[in-house]
Amino acid sequence: MHPAKSVIFFTTGSGAGYGMLAWLAMLGILGYQPADSAYGLVAFGTAYALVVGGLLSSTFHLGHPERAWRALSQWRSSWLSREGIVAIATFGPTGLYALAWVFFNENSTISGPMGSLGVVMSLATVYCTSMIYGSLKTIPAWHTVWTQISYLVFALMTGAVLLWFLNVLFALPEAVTVARLSLFLLALGLVVKIMYWRSIDNAPATSTAESATGLGKLGKIRLVEAPHSEDNYLLKEMGFKIARKHAGRLRKIALALGFVVPFILIVLALYGLPQFQLIVATLAVVSGITGIVTERWLFFAEAKHVVTLYYGESRI
Amino acid sequence: MTSLPRKSPRKKLGLVIDLDICVACQACAVNCKEWNTSGHSAPLTDMNPYGKGQDGVWYNRIHSFEAVNEETGDSQTINFPKSCLHCEEAPCVTVCPTGASYKREEDGIVLVNGDICIGCKLCSWACPYGAREYDETEGVMKKCTLCVDKIYNQTLSPSSRVPACVSTCPVGARHFGDLGDPHSEITRLVEARGGFALMPEQGTEPVNRYLPPRPKQHQKPKDQTPRMLEHKGDSTDGAGLLARWVDKVLSV
Repeated sequence: MHPAKSVIFFTTGSGAGYGMLAWLAMLGILGYQPADSAYGLVAFGTAYALVVGGLLSSTFHLGHPERAWRALSQWRSSWLSREGIVAIATFGPTGLYALAWVFFNENSTISGPMGSLGVVMSLATVYCTSMIYGSLKTIPAWHTVWTQISYLVFALMTGAVLLWFLNVLFALPEAVTVARLSLFLLALGLVVKIMYWRSIDNAPATSTAESATGLGKLGKIRLVEAPHSEDNYLLKEMGFKIARKHAGRLRKIALALGFVVPFILIVLALYGLPQFQLIVATLAVVSGITGIVTERWLFFAEAKHVVTLYYGESRI
Repeated sequence: MTSLPRKSPRKKLGLVIDLDICVACQACAVNCKEWNTSGHSAPLTDMNPYGKGQDGVWYNRIHSFEAVNEETGDSQTINFPKSCLHCEEAPCVTVCPTGASYKREEDGIVLVNGDICIGCKLCSWACPYGAREYDETEGVMKKCTLCVDKIYNQTLSPSSRVPACVSTCPVGARHFGDLGDPHSEITRLVEARGGFALMPEQGTEPVNRYLPPRPKQHQKPKDQTPRMLEHKGDSTDGAGLLARWVDKVLSV
């Protein structure tokens, strides 16, 4: 599948933003984050910037961005529509929770129920995002439960690492808690990503050139002549091939930068170099973002679509 | 609107394509383009028509496949026209976030309302058959309309009220009709010839059917060798009187 920049930024950015919102409310309610105005403003500001930036970015690849509001109408059948609705609705509870935090320095008692609802809806939004891809039977690499698990774990993971960075920036004593949480999520994320790749690499073929043409009874099917001499929309959008050449190396880069390096840096910040915490945290964020963007690029670029069976693929 | 019709439409208009006959002349694709570029989802834009990297919207495309029987070694070429199959469980319809993509209750035709399509392309991702074509210049998705503006067109003669690809096919490889009616000519044709659906494992339940090519008659290697002419040498044995006389004259 063609890895559109807007969609990569949408899924990684809004994922991290909703992850941050979920952790802010969850840790706030449990008393692991200070109900401080300045910190609250910066933390929620960052989370909303990512969420809004991601959602806006997702409209950039539309043919008619001005009609984007129409996408909210088909929640009965469309995961894209559901995602849009839940994403917007999540601003309600998380916004009220953020207001109470920033203006009334309250994040764990009266605003608790609102925050809890915000946690649930943030995660529901990420789940809907994952289902846009996970519901497509035509792309077996996405039509697996690991898609939903990955999106949820990576949103919580990137959100936690970003939150840790802000805790370090504000020199909060709670940084230690968020750091340990991030370590756990990075380790979990690494396992999930490896399991995802194992599952797609070992999956049996869903469809074949024989089932696509219905001619399997006659023998092995091979394309002898394509219907057009130049790439058409289908091949540009669904027949993306560049990644496969470097897939192995890119997978290692994604694992290293997205999971292993941030893990080591957080361990270093916790136990090795507490005086350089901010520099280490900045490096961890830069590495983590690069890694997760690479991971998401691969998620799109490596996924094969069954329509390519009509263009020379033999099994998908 | 994007939910599929609650009751599966009783009338299921669709195409039946005879792979035994198709010669890949491309006439169906060309006539489809010609009719539809001024039809329901007009125009069928072309990008760079005279330059490098020509691209454009086509509803119908003809692939050619080779089937190799691994036991006998026989191979066979099959020309394979492909357009929208107007699925009963159309995934392109249910994923549409706007309601632009819909399946008609009255005849099962799957259409796109270009006025409300946002061009998110998700329907093209959901379709296993590559039936959807994105129009870069208009920013909306387009697809085969089964010539909805032709098949019901009262100003045309009744015999012309079939999709453009069907009326133009010079070899009669394309049939149009109601596949929901068990007594229709087209349904009986499908039954008689063992018509099949494409990628049934995708669960889309296409309406269109394909008729299989007749299997190639397997020939033993002995039969395959062409008749060899024996070298007659200089002898005129067995030749006619005139031939012998000419031979004598020319041999002087």
